[in-house]
Amino acid sequence: MSDTFDRDMPARLGDFVRAALANRSFVVGLAITLAIALMALVSFAWTPYDVADLVVSDRMKPPSGAHWFGTDHFGRDILSMIMVGSRNSIAVALVAVGIGMGIGVPLGCWAAARGGWLDEAIMRLNDIVFAFPALLSAIMITAIFGPGAVNAIIAIGIFNIPVFARVSRAGALALWPREFILAARASGKGATLITVEHIFPNIANLLLVQGTIQFALGVLAEAGLSYLGLGAQPPMPSWGRMLFDAQTRMVVAPYMAIFPGLAIVVTVLGLNLLGDGLSDVLDPKLRRRR
Amino acid sequence: MSLLEIEKLSLDIGGIPILRGVDLTIDQGQIMGLVGESGSGKSMTALTVMRLLPIGANASGRVAFDGIDILGAPEEAMCRLRGDDIGMVFQEPMTALNPVKTIGEQVAEGIRWHTGANRADAEARARAMLDRVGLPEAKFPLSRYPHELSGGQRQRVVIAIACALKPKLLVADEPTTALDVVLQKQILELLRGLVDEDRMGLLLISHDLAVVADMSDRVTVMRRGEVMEEGETARTLSEQVHPYTRQLAQASMHVPKRRPPSPARAKALDASPPEGVEERRTAATQGPLPRPLQGERWPAKRDGEEEERMPLLEVSSVIKDYPGRRSSLFRKQPPFRAVDDVSFSLQPGQSVALVGRSGCGKSTLARMILALDRPTGGDISLLGQSLAGRSETELRPSRRNMQVVFQDPYGSFDPRHKVERLVGEPLHLLEKQPGAKERREMIAATLAEVGLSPSDMDKYPHEFSGGQRQRISIARAVITRPKLIVADEPVSALDVSIRAQILDLFADLNQKLGVAYIFITHDLTVARAITDDVMVMHEGRIVERGRTGEILDHPQSDAAKALVAAAPDLHRAIARRLEMQG
Amino acid sequence: MRGSTEVAGNSHECVAPRLPAGIFSPQAGRRIAFMTAYILKRLAIGAVTLVVASIVIFAVLEILPGDPARLMLGMNTTPEAVEALRHQMGLDQPLMLRYLHWASGMLTGDFGKSFTYSSPVRDLIVERGVVSLPLALIALALSASIGIPIGVFSASRRGKASDAAVMGVAQLGVAIPNFWFALLLIYVFAVWLRLVPAGGFPGWNAGIWAGLKGLILPAIALALPQAAILARVTRSALLEVLGEDYIRTARAKGLPRRRVLLRHALRNGMIPVMTIVGLQFAYLLAGTIIIENVFYLPGLGRLVYQAITQRDLIVVESIVMVLVASVVIINLLVDLSYPLVDPRLRHAR
Repeated sequence: MSDTFDRDMPARLGDFVRAALANRSFVVGLAITLAIALMALVSFAWTPYDVADLVVSDRMKPPSGAHWFGTDHFGRDILSMIMVGSRNSIAVALVAVGIGMGIGVPLGCWAAARGGWLDEAIMRLNDIVFAFPALLSAIMITAIFGPGAVNAIIAIGIFNIPVFARVSRAGALALWPREFILAARASGKGATLITVEHIFPNIANLLLVQGTIQFALGVLAEAGLSYLGLGAQPPMPSWGRMLFDAQTRMVVAPYMAIFPGLAIVVTVLGLNLLGDGLSDVLDPKLRRRR
Repeated sequence: MSLLEIEKLSLDIGGIPILRGVDLTIDQGQIMGLVGESGSGKSMTALTVMRLLPIGANASGRVAFDGIDILGAPEEAMCRLRGDDIGMVFQEPMTALNPVKTIGEQVAEGIRWHTGANRADAEARARAMLDRVGLPEAKFPLSRYPHELSGGQRQRVVIAIACALKPKLLVADEPTTALDVVLQKQILELLRGLVDEDRMGLLLISHDLAVVADMSDRVTVMRRGEVMEEGETARTLSEQVHPYTRQLAQASMHVPKRRPPSPARAKALDASPPEGVEERRTAATQGPLPRPLQGERWPAKRDGEEEERMPLLEVSSVIKDYPGRRSSLFRKQPPFRAVDDVSFSLQPGQSVALVGRSGCGKSTLARMILALDRPTGGDISLLGQSLAGRSETELRPSRRNMQVVFQDPYGSFDPRHKVERLVGEPLHLLEKQPGAKERREMIAATLAEVGLSPSDMDKYPHEFSGGQRQRISIARAVITRPKLIVADEPVSALDVSIRAQILDLFADLNQKLGVAYIFITHDLTVARAITDDVMVMHEGRIVERGRTGEILDHPQSDAAKALVAAAPDLHRAIARRLEMQG
Repeated sequence: MRGSTEVAGNSHECVAPRLPAGIFSPQAGRRIAFMTAYILKRLAIGAVTLVVASIVIFAVLEILPGDPARLMLGMNTTPEAVEALRHQMGLDQPLMLRYLHWASGMLTGDFGKSFTYSSPVRDLIVERGVVSLPLALIALALSASIGIPIGVFSASRRGKASDAAVMGVAQLGVAIPNFWFALLLIYVFAVWLRLVPAGGFPGWNAGIWAGLKGLILPAIALALPQAAILARVTRSALLEVLGEDYIRTARAKGLPRRRVLLRHALRNGMIPVMTIVGLQFAYLLAGTIIIENVFYLPGLGRLVYQAITQRDLIVVESIVMVLVASVVIINLLVDLSYPLVDPRLRHAR
């Protein structure tokens, strides 16, 4: 149609902020995410109770004025544990996203820039990693190195690599035939320089959106691993571990399961909303795949 | 009572006014041309008639089709009208058909829906309709899928869908804009035939005045959502009473003023015509000659005698094959030869058009000249330097001397960079990198050269209009003072009035900087406007070459004849129309 | 440089002259040849993936950690015992030989012998597989049969309150960890309402119905979060398709919105949905590891989890291999079904 107008992504920060603040998903998601991050930060300085304190007399107290979310089977304050546990979830998921981006994005960009057999090889390798669900690779890794937060990070991080490789390759492939890239080539710029100057800034929004999604998935995966006892080890509190402890006590103390679970749900929900909002704001043409 | 009556139609989308008080009537069997530049509201008028407006659109006024109030009709009534009494043909044939359904299913679907015919009957009618639009059963059975058809063939399917039930009104929204001129002519003839045969009314929307002049009985000129003028086609377009109509008509016939060539050049020009014609014939019949565009005709102005003989660009026996698709495990289809043994040379300051139908290999050739693609065979050299098999670093000196301007003023720029960075990008090629201040000065000077303000440097490309963007694109191309600019359809995405300005700019820079051009275009008016010589490409080969005027007035090869015959020409169209009316 | 060929290729409107299509036409022959090539290529890719995966598993589990025999026996052991176990496990043989032995054994169905269960791993896998595989398949069927219709419903009511409500629930569903959801389900349906057992599996010998009853809650717990994802994917895929030009063509034919959605948009929108369904199977298989532990189901997931804690490496590597193989097979099936939906993949151009 001749009457359409160009709808490129907002190029400037001002446009971006204005569009973002008008997007409900973005605002709610950002608020939740910031709140969780703040909670994790505050937990370094202050928690209602010390999570290392085992007060046997306060075992499995239901929620009350003194313990808003109740206490667990060792008499620890659940709210405090959730606060401290958020550090673990955030750290694991964040570093795992970092690993995925750090390795996956260069791989994907490289595959797109070179094409041919290299592209094919990188993508086949990706498929192989994809055949190992995150949990499975985590299980293999913990089978060797033993359980722990670091191994959880590695396992989730490895799973993130092909995700980012695919996203950045697809984004880069869509850009390479574009005329501004041809113009850059006509200006004598090589594949590396073009990737740094043109490809990367133009796929950054895709990566940001995918990053939030993978962050949310990372929080879920970490909770699953620590539920199985393959993530952070006691006494370090973790949301997954708290759910494991709650399972056998569901009948007498359901609140032990409810609050850590809600913490996971709220965090993941916030991140997903943020991702949705970002993808709407950054590129109206981009539709979410997951 | 007219077939379609639009009265005081106003439309806004999300509060933004699109149409303001549009009036338009079409009688049975009448062809109404609706012209205007982009943003004039032509397409929205068409979609209002179909009532297929985007979400958030709000229309007021009166639209009556055959006595039915379109704006007030319930959706079910509209569904009964669409595809039965009103058909529509769209601009983009490549995406207008469902990729997972056969063409037979897609044509028969509307027939079954509206008539309740059984599958066999509907398919028989669909078959007849496809035959009618020029897709015979032998080559195009109903079981074909859209991806097996070319753009022109797909547009025929879309027309078959629209006309399957012999609608009273056909709405065609830029039906040939995405096609090359030869296909355009075929599709327009098909539409005219169908309309005459069934006495359909046709609302033909186009940005191209010549197309409308050729096709329509009456014409409506729109601008920014308002009707400027309405009237009988020949009279409206020849008398040009309304200033906007005049502006449009003049812009579409615009030929840039080029200063007469320097005395040396003029002499060369005078000397060559008879040989040029002769030589063109041999080229067409006997295949490529090593240096068919006589170098002697274009002596460089200032350079010494020796250098005069050295061509700027020399393309010799260039071939480009694309590997065939794998059709089974052990077999590949033979490679597709996109460029087939092309040779020519170009003198400094010369301006050459490379014309041909879409898919003839002209863009592939351009890419190879720009060293963005490697030839399968043959050699290309710029100022005596071969481009073949060179590394990016070795290519730098050559790249400095050739730059590119693309068609799409939107896709040509990285949306995340400011104009300063965009225009300055080729400075990367300079041996000695300028300092920050010097760099800005160079960019400012270049922007001024192309008619922009140096203060535009700090803006982003999306802040400019299409024409301004094309100026930025040209600024980027000339900043390193190249000897050659390859321009791939540089004005075909622009509105006519802007197009004229950009052509002027090209002509002006040719004079001022002595830069040579290769203009790739399927639009002969563009070729005529700013080039000295023309090469006609067909199926990968250069089939004819010579002086622009000669070739366009007296084409010899079939390919060139077809192009010339199909090229819409406003003068001719008006003349013919006036003649018919006596 | 990449991309250039594609662009140039697209701009060509070349269509090879064709003969009428029919069963015996050269064109049909070419179509079959192309399909055979496509299937063979996919099969080859699947096979290579499996070989590489087996090497990775073998390398990770047998080479990296040092001596599996020592690991298995733990701290309090004698060098003689370790040596005996090494011999028993074949660890004193060269690496290549061990890999070939392991890999060829798997091909013939011999996965070796479990150290802790003292029974062939194959028997263990079969015994546990009859729980895990039905669980994953039921969950996949549930996820698809809930998620896709909801996505279609939501897309057809785009922007309306029902769309917003359904998508709000889906947004929440995506955020819920399946094992927490499982705990809630147990609390509500087993502890509170006492409709189903809280866990355990009676075995298929107890009757199909009893067996299914034991799998219902786990399957729901696995499926619902995935169904939420699928609903979102289906909706956005459909909305994307609904913006295409050919949808407008179909509307211009006079078809009502609903019919256009079902007849034109759905099939095109299914292509990304199929991809996600394939990926979900991998996710569901992995999910069984957690869910089986929540419900105390004697499946592969629980077996692999126990094998890890008992350092029964041969069991771990065999099960990981089996799970990876099922993921590869499902993705192969998805790949092979693309041409059924998209004719563009059916023949060479």
